[in-house]
Parts: sequence; C-alpha cells; structure tokens
Amino acid sequence: MKTGMRKERIDRGIKVRSDSIYALSSWREISYLMAPRALLVGGFLLAPLILYFFPYWQKVLLIVCIYALLSMAFDFLANYVGLVCLGGSFFVGVGGYGAALLNKYLHFSPFLSIPVAALGGAAFCTFFLLPCLPLRGVYFAIITLMYPLMMTRIIEAFELFGGTNGMMDISGFANPWVEQYFLIISTLVFLFALRRLAVEDIGLVIKGIKDNDQSVRASGINITVVKAQALFYASFLGCFAGAYLAHTYMWAGLSMFALDFSIIPIAATVVGGGGSLLGAVVGAILLVPLSEALRAFGPLRIVSYSLILTVVIVIKGEGLLNYLSRKYSQFERWVEI
Amino acid sequence: MEILIYGTVNSFKLILIAFGFTLVYGVSRLPNFAHGAIFVFTGFIAWIMMHKLNLPLLPAALLSLAGAALVGVLIYQVILKRIRGMNMNEIIATYAIGVAMIETFRWLGFKGTTFTLPVLFEGMLFIGDVPIDYQRLMVVTVGLVMLVAVWIFTKFTRTGLALRGIAQDERAAMMLGIDSDMTATLAMALGSAMSGLAALMIFPLGSIVVEAGYNTLIFALAVCMVGGIGSWGGTVLAAFVLGFLQVITVTYLATHFQMVVTLGAIIATLIIKPSGFFGKHKELEERV
Repeated sequence: MKTGMRKERIDRGIKVRSDSIYALSSWREISYLMAPRALLVGGFLLAPLILYFFPYWQKVLLIVCIYALLSMAFDFLANYVGLVCLGGSFFVGVGGYGAALLNKYLHFSPFLSIPVAALGGAAFCTFFLLPCLPLRGVYFAIITLMYPLMMTRIIEAFELFGGTNGMMDISGFANPWVEQYFLIISTLVFLFALRRLAVEDIGLVIKGIKDNDQSVRASGINITVVKAQALFYASFLGCFAGAYLAHTYMWAGLSMFALDFSIIPIAATVVGGGGSLLGAVVGAILLVPLSEALRAFGPLRIVSYSLILTVVIVIKGEGLLNYLSRKYSQFERWVEI
Repeated sequence: MEILIYGTVNSFKLILIAFGFTLVYGVSRLPNFAHGAIFVFTGFIAWIMMHKLNLPLLPAALLSLAGAALVGVLIYQVILKRIRGMNMNEIIATYAIGVAMIETFRWLGFKGTTFTLPVLFEGMLFIGDVPIDYQRLMVVTVGLVMLVAVWIFTKFTRTGLALRGIAQDERAAMMLGIDSDMTATLAMALGSAMSGLAALMIFPLGSIVVEAGYNTLIFALAVCMVGGIGSWGGTVLAAFVLGFLQVITVTYLATHFQMVVTLGAIIATLIIKPSGFFGKHKELEERV
C-alpha cells in the first residue's frame, strides 16, 4: 500500500487537562489555560483607567457591560436551556421601571435598589413567562417578542408610571469610578458564576432539557421547575442590566422596552459565538463600540447592523469566539501513515 | 351594521396581509420575517414609479408587484437557501434583512405622512346607512379573488399541486421529482407578491409610513398564530376573528387598545392552544 500523509489534529486544551495529574504542575500549561481568562478580566478592569482621557468612551464601556449582561442572558437561555428568547427588552424594562419606582417612592439608594429591582424583576418576569415555558422554538421566540411590545402598549394606554414621558429625576451614582467598577465587577462575577453553574449538577440537567426534555422528565426530574429556575437566572441578569441603566441615565421610560435591547444581544451572541457565554461578551465588546461609532449615520446604523448580522449568520454560523478558540487550542499537522 | 361592514373590510385586510406569510410557511416551513418590509417596499416602489418616473397607476402597480416577488426570490436564493433548516437563524436573518430594508427607506427620507398612493376608483356608496368608499370594497373584492385564485391554483395546476406536495411531505414529494428549492423560491415569490398586493390595496386608505412594516409583521404573525401556522383555512377564520375583535375594540374602547388586543390574542393562543385553530402540528411536538 502506498504510504501517505494524513492530517492529525491535536487539542491542546484536552492534552493540558488530561496529560499530567494537574495542569497546575507546569507553569507553561497553567499560563496557557489562564491567558485568555486573564486577558478578559485584566482588560475589563484596566479599561476605565485606559479610557480615563476619553470620558465619552467610558460611558460606552458601561453600555458594553450592560449589553454583555443581556447577551449572556440570551446565550444562556438559547444555548443552555434551549429557549430562544427574543424579549430581552422585557427584562430591561421591568428592571428599569422597578429600580425607578424603588428609588422614587421608597428612596432606595442605587446600591440597594439595583439588587432589589433585579431580584424582584426576575421574579416578576419568571412569573409572567411561566405559562409559556412549555413552548419551544419558534413559538417561544414569538411569544417573548410580544411581551415587551405588550408592556409598551399597556403603559401607553393606561398612562402608567408617567406614560410616554417616563419617570425622571432618578438618583444617579455620585462617583463615576464606583459606577464603572460596580458594573464591571458584577458583570465578571455573573459571567464566571453562570459558567460555573453550567458545569454543576443543575447545569447538566439544564443541558439535558435542551437536548431531550422527555428523557429528563422520564428520569423523574420536574422540568418546569428547572426551566423556571434557569429563566430566573437569565431574567435576573436582564433586570440587573435594566436597573443599572435606569440609574445611569437617571431616567426610566418606554424606550427601555425598545427592540434594541432584544436585537443587539442576539446579534452579539451570533457574532461572538453562542454556547460559551464568553462569546456573547466578546460579541458585545465588538458590536457596541461599533454601533457607537456608527451613531453619526442615524438610521443607517441599524441598517449596517442588520446587514453585518445577516452576513455573519450566512457565512460564519459558528461565531467568532468558537472559531478563535478552535485556532487557539487545536493544532493540525501532517503525519506519515 | 357599521361594525359588521367595517369588521368584514378589516378582516379582508388581515387576510391580504397574512396570506403570503402563511403560504410561505405552509409550503416550505420558512418563517419570512421580512414580510412587513416587503409590504412597505412595494408601497414605496409604487410611489417612486408614479412620482419620479411618472408612470400611470396600473403599470406602476404591476412593476412594483414584480419587484416584490423579485425581492422574495433574492432573499431565498441569497440567504435562506444557505441556512435552511436552522430555525433560529432563519428568523434572525430574515428579520435582520427586513429591518435593514425598512430602515434604509427611513434613511432615504421616506418618513412622515406625505407619501400616498391614489385609489383606483374614487367615490363611495351606502350600504343601508353606512358609507363605504370604493377602495374598501376593492379590498374585500381583491381578497376574495385572491382566495379563489389560490384555491384554483393549488388544486388544479401542476405547479400548485407541487407546492401542496412539498407542504404535505417534503421527502416524498422530492422522491417524485419535485424540486424543493424551486418550490420554496416560488412560494417566496408568491408570498412576497401577495404582501405587495396587500400594500397596494391598503396604502391608498392612508399614507405610506415605514412603521407600517413592523405593524404588518405583527398582524401577519397574529393571524397565522391564532389560525395555526401554515393552515390556510385557519388563517381565514383567524383573520375574521381578529378583524372583528379589532373593530369592536376601536369602537368601544380606544385606538390604543387595537394592538393590545392583537398581541393579547397571540399570547393567549400560544398559551392555551399553541397549534392554533386548525394547526397541523401535533400538540406533543410543541408542548412537553
């Protein structure tokens, strides 16, 4: 038989984790594993300092974090639980209005009203989405798309909470550094907590529901409870982002239910690559500054956004981070047979 | 009496809007979320042809319908063909394209209420003591003609039978030599043209606004969801239920609530019976 060459693929990530007792035993291996994480954490922590001379871009950094939270919520629901949720703005709106109400009528300080609004808002969203949990796929997507639209119309029709004008005079953060680091650190904590959750027992059950809910149910696990729990986590992130937004803008209004908060996180997840939560954050880091840079073009911003999204979906369906991480950890070489 | 007549007109409006969407989904399981965008697109193209190129109404209408069909074909051939079968990506991609189209028109300066299409026949008549103008009667007539035409087309022509074959069982149809891509393209072209037809019928009643694109999509979704996605009989029935419901809301409550009723209908249907009035999906497939 003719001798030939064949391509061999080595996965360094697997090799590092399984070759020796611990990756900890070698500096090279541990730094290989830690480098991307350190880059992300360090980058996020240093960003406000680097952007010190560009106050405008410091604001953009806050928006990046907010969209990162929303994208994580979308990614978690879509790629871990299997519920494609087009209603990110429902979470934002509920969190935002919640924080605004708490601040205005109960005079909570931002540090109290944000967590309380996030928890209460998550409970509210979970409660109202509970009847839709048995739905799947397109059906769940459409119904969640309807929720924020419905909220807008209801607030408009009944003139609730200031009607179309929204609620003004919400107290902001006194110190810009506190404002930035509070959000950045919470974003990082939520990111790693959610990633950890996905490999715990509950995470395995959640992924099982995505793959085959009937067999999970056959194992005697109440899937509605688990789904509701997962939905609670995701809506907690969304409401946290919304509450933060209300205090940053010192305003809560109808535009918190706007489609932007549903569409951009989806775009970020698609561009960054779903299924790892990190991809969603990377997507937000790429897309939000891009959209700020395009702000001068007015409506053209949304046009270019949509076009980028379509092109990425058609050409590179797996997303940027999945592609990069494959390049980072896998090597291909020719070996003789 | 007023409610009866205007309810009927409104129902036929909804039929016109929703039928293209349900046709595409029924035949090739493609959710065309660019439906509303094509609706607006046709309106503006017709306007441009009439006011910039000084064409008379009829050729402008026909050309813009052809344009709508072409857009449908392009969306399928360029985008949907490559991501077919990935449900979520289909929705996101068509929705993004739709948003891009609508926002392009906004960017080009097509906003406000200055853009109108002329009606085909001026004038009005009285049914009992309710005044109704000819254009609204046209909506009903065209809606009826379209329903009959689609019925004849799908029952008695080879192409129409091929469409139904693909809709019933794609694999079996392909075994008999029906090209799935061809029928999907055809369905997209037909569906888009229907959306365009709806635009040409409905826009003369008001003015052409970009926001209509989003509202149309929601109305189309509402009708299809309530009637059962892909079920044609269900679509007609749901259009009548929603059409009358909307008119009754507007008469007794306020215009504000029209959308609330529509959205509420979607949510209620999905929660109570996700397959709609005549949905063909089995309950177990959607529910756990």
